[in-house]
Amino acid sequence: MIETLNTQLPTSQPPHTVAPNSVGRVMRLVLLALAPAILLHAVFFGVGILVQVLLAVASAIAAEYVALRLRRQPVRKYLFDGSALITAVLIAMCLPSLAPWWLVVSGTAFGILVAKHLYGGLGSNVFNPAMVGYAVLLVSFPVQLTRWPSPDVAGLATIDLTLLDTLRTIFVGSLPPGTTWDAVTSPTPLDAVRSGLQGGFTLREIQASPTFGLVGGRGWEWINLAVLAGGVWLLVLKIIRWHIPVAVLAGLAMPAAIMHAIDPGSYAGAFFHLTAGASMLGAFFIATDPVSAATTERGKLIYGFGIGFIAYVIRTWGGYPDGMAFAVLLMNLAVPLIDRYTVPRIYGRET
Amino acid sequence: MTTRALTRGGLKLDTHKRRSTTHPLRAATTPEVLVLSVDQHAGSPAVPIVKPGDRVLRGQPIAEPGHGVSAWLHSPVSGIVRTIEPRPSALHRDPSVCIVIENDGANRVFEGQPQPRDDSPQALREHIARGGIVGLGGAIFPTGPKLLRAPERNAHLIVNGAECEPWISCDDMLMRERADQVISGAEIVCRALQAERCTIAVEDDMTEAAQALRAAAKQSKIVPEIVTVPSIYPAGGERQLITALTGHEVPSGKLPQDIGVVCQNVGTVAAVARWIRDGEPLISRIVTVTGSATKDPANLEVLLGTPIATLIADCGGYAAQPARLIMGGTMMGVALDHDRHVVVKGTNCIVAATHEDLEPPGPEMPCIRCGACAEVCPAFLLPQQLHRYVLAGELENLDRYGLIDCIECGCCDYVCPSQIPLVERFRAAKPELVRYLDMRGMAPLARASYEAREARLARLEAERQAQLAEKRRALASKFKNS
Repeated sequence: MIETLNTQLPTSQPPHTVAPNSVGRVMRLVLLALAPAILLHAVFFGVGILVQVLLAVASAIAAEYVALRLRRQPVRKYLFDGSALITAVLIAMCLPSLAPWWLVVSGTAFGILVAKHLYGGLGSNVFNPAMVGYAVLLVSFPVQLTRWPSPDVAGLATIDLTLLDTLRTIFVGSLPPGTTWDAVTSPTPLDAVRSGLQGGFTLREIQASPTFGLVGGRGWEWINLAVLAGGVWLLVLKIIRWHIPVAVLAGLAMPAAIMHAIDPGSYAGAFFHLTAGASMLGAFFIATDPVSAATTERGKLIYGFGIGFIAYVIRTWGGYPDGMAFAVLLMNLAVPLIDRYTVPRIYGRET
Repeated sequence: MTTRALTRGGLKLDTHKRRSTTHPLRAATTPEVLVLSVDQHAGSPAVPIVKPGDRVLRGQPIAEPGHGVSAWLHSPVSGIVRTIEPRPSALHRDPSVCIVIENDGANRVFEGQPQPRDDSPQALREHIARGGIVGLGGAIFPTGPKLLRAPERNAHLIVNGAECEPWISCDDMLMRERADQVISGAEIVCRALQAERCTIAVEDDMTEAAQALRAAAKQSKIVPEIVTVPSIYPAGGERQLITALTGHEVPSGKLPQDIGVVCQNVGTVAAVARWIRDGEPLISRIVTVTGSATKDPANLEVLLGTPIATLIADCGGYAAQPARLIMGGTMMGVALDHDRHVVVKGTNCIVAATHEDLEPPGPEMPCIRCGACAEVCPAFLLPQQLHRYVLAGELENLDRYGLIDCIECGCCDYVCPSQIPLVERFRAAKPELVRYLDMRGMAPLARASYEAREARLARLEAERQAQLAEKRRALASKFKNS
């Protein structure tokens, strides 16, 4: 007699096996890729960034929890999927590290509650939540967002803030006695170029200032390099694809190179733009947010190039020193259209 | 010669084929009772031509083709028809009519097989249909009707040995051990098709099979071209293979024959050789029995209608309680609820898998539009968009984004970080889309197959209702009597 199984076996629909991957893993790797840049930021600009990241993460988790409860969604499943953490870290990285606590808290909360959950939560948001949060802060509190600390590098008169000083500045808003905001902050390279050009200086004169390093701003150039390294790591792991980052950088570099060739005295070159402001962060970590990005291959190229190009236009002729956030939000708006007109040819069909 | 397997998409999967290729091919135990479903091929079910109590011989026809596309069915043993009744089916949701044969152990062979009416290719095609042969690669489309619908002459015959599912090795073993059958089957099919070209495709890691085929081809009248394709899943998908070998795509909604190609699995042409050369219809096939829950994996020659438990016992029994018992491969196969299901014409593999063999999908998360699915889709679709339109019920967009062109290979599911059961949803959405396209008069072919299914379901439902009514009557009269 043949032995048969006594129990009913569980069944499943094919495929019966999948690659070991999850949304949580993707998000964790993205966070890990950002870590070197955050650490370098702390090295050059002080520990403020770490306080900002912690504040952002705490408020993101709180906002996520509230939103999930209100929406009657499974809290356990979504709270630690990592997506809110990325939103939080990106906002923290976009803000000056000595900015008051309520700035990062309200920006993160707005990003999570309004930009993410009012649109339907994970996977449904039309706009990048981090950029919505940041943009709201940028238009509401422009002054606070210009107070970037000076890089802690040789040749610059900086005041070393202790951890306690930093905490007091962030939470109470009072600098250590005898210091002023002018003493601890300095314009970012993009700010410096912008106001310098408006003041009638040439690019060469502006870049002779000690806040400028080899190609971009002191400190900033290294942070951007670390962001680039993290981005390349994600490319190697196939967490992100090359299309969007390459297109963003091309969208920035091409007009920059052309304008610089036409008038080198008034327009910074491609290399400066690639290493300044949020270029690398935007290209590898913000524009690549899959939910709010274009999803076809050709669409990703158009989407990315549009972001880079708009960011360049805003930086050069617009009202804000960096245009990455607005560029991302504007292209988010165009995603449904881009996706619709870039559907790839299906096997066995004409176009 | 090696070609690119897929123009785009596909997966490089870990293969587990070697586990089942260490033993030579051997015959499985012949069971005492065989269960033969009349619905084990694509198209309409066959119609029984025997009745309970009839004596049947090995190879004797027991069911004839139904209307439209259908296939003959033959008895794998000599014995007595015990009953004909609907039984739960491994392949269909509803029970299908089965002819149950009690083996008398005498193995007496049916001598009355028909002969082709003349030497013409047309007569050969008709005669192949009498052998009950269907596509053994998994598509189970009846071979006779397929050949009868093929171009009259000059087709390009592609014999598909590119077995891409990671656990299945039955085609590999067939080519290694019975290369002559494959070559002579290809010869016969070429004759029937008056084909001008014949290509046999194997995967690049099947070196033994390719060698055996080359050796066998030396004695052959035809000169088949033996081509290796990279082992990328699903390189052996019919359309994908045709494109890899010819550079042409099969147009959407059309068949390979529309571009002058006929594709047959290696097992199918070997079955043609056995029928035409040796007079044995399709009553057995090679089945890979494998998976970590099988003690001693192997390839077995199995009579149709043999219970799966018998095959497992032939391979040393269970090494562990299987987490899944899969008929077919892990990517596209059917998970069975028990091992009393039987081998049918399309059964190429049984995987008794443990938890270690399978990575089950985690909890489903919302789509994050990462596009990993689109990168691996061998039909160049955008599964992420299709999924959205399936959930929203947007039929117009499902048509525009090509749901009908989905070959259900499972690559998108496999890579999805959100663990969305994409193929399951796509399958479920297809009937409605077909109905919709039908309303627009765009899918006569799809409609035919769909209607056949609807009719079958309606018939089964009617039968069930009749049985219920019968039972009720019986119960009612019982009550009256007591």
